[in-house]
Amino acid sequence: MFALGIVYWLFNRPLDITEDFLDAKFKKLPEIAKSNKAALKAGYNYALTVELLPSSYQVKAAELPKGKYRSISGNVATAWGLMAASENTELELFLGSYPITPATDILHELSKHKNFNVVAFQAEDEIAGICSAIGASFAGSLAVTTTSGPGLALKGEAIGLAMMTELPLVIVNVQRGGPSTGLPTKTEQSDLLQAVYGRNGESPVIVIAASTPSNCFDYAYMAAKLALEHMTPVILLTDGFIANGAEPWRIKNVEDMPAIAPQKATEKEDWQPYKRDLEKLSRSWVVPGTKNMEHRIGGLEKDFDSGNVSYVPSNHEEMVKVRAEKVKRVANFIPDIEVKGAEEGDLLIIGWGGTNGSLLTAFNELKQTNNKVGYVHFNYINPLPKNTASVLSNYKNILVCELNSGQFIKILQTEVPQFNYTQYNKVQGLPFNKTELLNAFNNILEA
Amino acid sequence: MMENLVEEKLTHKDFVSDQDIKWCPGCGDYAILKAVQKALPQIGKKKEDIVFVSGIGCSSRFPYYVESYGFHTIHGRAPAIATGVKLSNPNLSVWQITGDGDALAIGGNHFIHALRRNVDINVLLFNNEIYGLTKGQFSPTSKTGIKTKSSPQGTVDRSFNPGKLALGAGANFFARVIDIDPKRMIEVLLAAEEHQGTSLVEILQNCVIFNDKVFANVTDKAVKLDMQLWLGHGKPMIFGKENNKGLILNEFELEVVTIGENGITEDDILVHDAHCQNDILHNMLVNMSAPEFPVAFGVIRSIEAKPFEQNVWEQIEDSKNSAKFNSVNELLNSGVTWEI
Repeated sequence: MFALGIVYWLFNRPLDITEDFLDAKFKKLPEIAKSNKAALKAGYNYALTVELLPSSYQVKAAELPKGKYRSISGNVATAWGLMAASENTELELFLGSYPITPATDILHELSKHKNFNVVAFQAEDEIAGICSAIGASFAGSLAVTTTSGPGLALKGEAIGLAMMTELPLVIVNVQRGGPSTGLPTKTEQSDLLQAVYGRNGESPVIVIAASTPSNCFDYAYMAAKLALEHMTPVILLTDGFIANGAEPWRIKNVEDMPAIAPQKATEKEDWQPYKRDLEKLSRSWVVPGTKNMEHRIGGLEKDFDSGNVSYVPSNHEEMVKVRAEKVKRVANFIPDIEVKGAEEGDLLIIGWGGTNGSLLTAFNELKQTNNKVGYVHFNYINPLPKNTASVLSNYKNILVCELNSGQFIKILQTEVPQFNYTQYNKVQGLPFNKTELLNAFNNILEA
Repeated sequence: MMENLVEEKLTHKDFVSDQDIKWCPGCGDYAILKAVQKALPQIGKKKEDIVFVSGIGCSSRFPYYVESYGFHTIHGRAPAIATGVKLSNPNLSVWQITGDGDALAIGGNHFIHALRRNVDINVLLFNNEIYGLTKGQFSPTSKTGIKTKSSPQGTVDRSFNPGKLALGAGANFFARVIDIDPKRMIEVLLAAEEHQGTSLVEILQNCVIFNDKVFANVTDKAVKLDMQLWLGHGKPMIFGKENNKGLILNEFELEVVTIGENGITEDDILVHDAHCQNDILHNMLVNMSAPEFPVAFGVIRSIEAKPFEQNVWEQIEDSKNSAKFNSVNELLNSGVTWEI
């Protein structure tokens, strides 16, 4: 407390926030509250009286849009985003999950809010976590499973089942240092390739990534929307850094979030289990309990028209193609990427996921002396936003910065092969720092 | 749409799907399918409220042949998926179809947890003591020494007794039936559905191609009356060609006695109590194996306890009484906030 008082003096802040905190925390032990407050004040006054340091600091109020704010961490924001989607669709939220660092807090948060018709089921293992969610999806819930890297590996076969039966499912992977057990409490973004490719067979799923603690809310909501509207699994990638990190969040109004239209069908006429919406190629969601629409779904290949099990060679190819095309068409429903800084020039900095804070800080500094650099941060990984190629075409150099050995760069090299890419990587279980990023940017610019 | 004033009566034909059945001719699964289709109209549930969930194996092709909601999932995971279905909509009648490999090898973990939790699902375990779909490897219930494609010199593994494992996991309902005894199978299926909580039915099923006649020492016409003890709650444990054999407890072990010999009368014979909380006797019954003992069939254990999903939903409903927030917006705006 004494040391904290000194820090308060150092930064010229009023003590009331901590005093109020102590009064609330020790409401039943007023003597303890009193002693802690005395120690706090003593530290502050000590620093003041002895003029402890030559100067103190004034941190200016941040320039933020007007509104009502709260502090929020990524994991809590993820939970609340899912709850918002559940409330707006009036679908019961089902979480099937197993504790794993650093994702467990999502399970904790949802377990607190049963009164919102949230079933937070702690399963016996990772596979039961996702499988119970798949069962709940089949039965008509907004179904979610949460995990980290090792859990995503375990869930692979089940994600394939959800993809093959075209059920809505959200899988949240809060990435941590890998591989294997890795560094559970350190941050990394090395599960991207696993998310995009990690299943047997041709098994594309939607992959999106949050980039700040507070936009975990928006991307969790979006993951639910995409899963429900396109009838396919969505993997939402976050990471330990933004999951545990917190920042001020201008509180959103749940009613202002985008509308979500689940694909439930209740009319038998002209219906087959895998009959598709012509624009999205998604099938309809008919849940048990719906009269006269009994049908069977499963992991075996099925006939394009009837949905019955089929081994016909040409049918299999047709089904593989339509499942892939369904995911590709999601590009028609996601926003374009937006460039910060120069819209054409010498260098385009690319990042994705939880590195936004570091990259933006470094970029903003570089921007002050160089007006030929742009920065794009990706939140939509698969499919990529439609304007990706046209944006990338405007720069002489492209630098992909990732906390892994180069994964998103491989996606870009495959999907947008017409450009040359360079990379800056760090795999130390730490976020980027401004200095190393500026060095990396300048190395390209000076070459 | 006009509601029918008279509830349409379902028949077994309503549960026959339009798919060609691909099981081998002579497979025990045909009989099980027919028995299930005959039982379903009698359980008092609407057709649309019935769901079959299966894993992988010959057994697990079952849902495609029943005209109801069905989900053919992945190897071993059906209990977890069924738990999700039941938690999401507790009103559904959920049936899980599995086999000795699906449930007790890869699915062992989910098997014991479903039993532990006591989710209200009916688990039909087709035990043919072999892996049929993959063409003839041994399973966790195959008898020690069996020669198969993956054990050409015979297995050295001990085998599971599914009933013993289930009771160890806390099963509140365990029954055993035979594929070729449809009348008794239907009675047991109805009892399983009636029972609230995880109801496990082990069905001795003959795989005609890869393990033919593995249960012959218990099911053959010549021996079946002496090798099968069909239990009924409240009935004495009597069996035999002349209905004169019975079970007594000799200190801590079961013993087969003959009524009329050595002063044994019918009054000495144990009376089956399926509802006994203490599972010691149920364990002994479940472990009986030929030829020293008859194999126990019928409903061996059936005790009631509130099923898992009811407890989960009661807790959810309770939480609404003391809810701090009535909308997600209220939650978002709670705690420390500040205006800019």
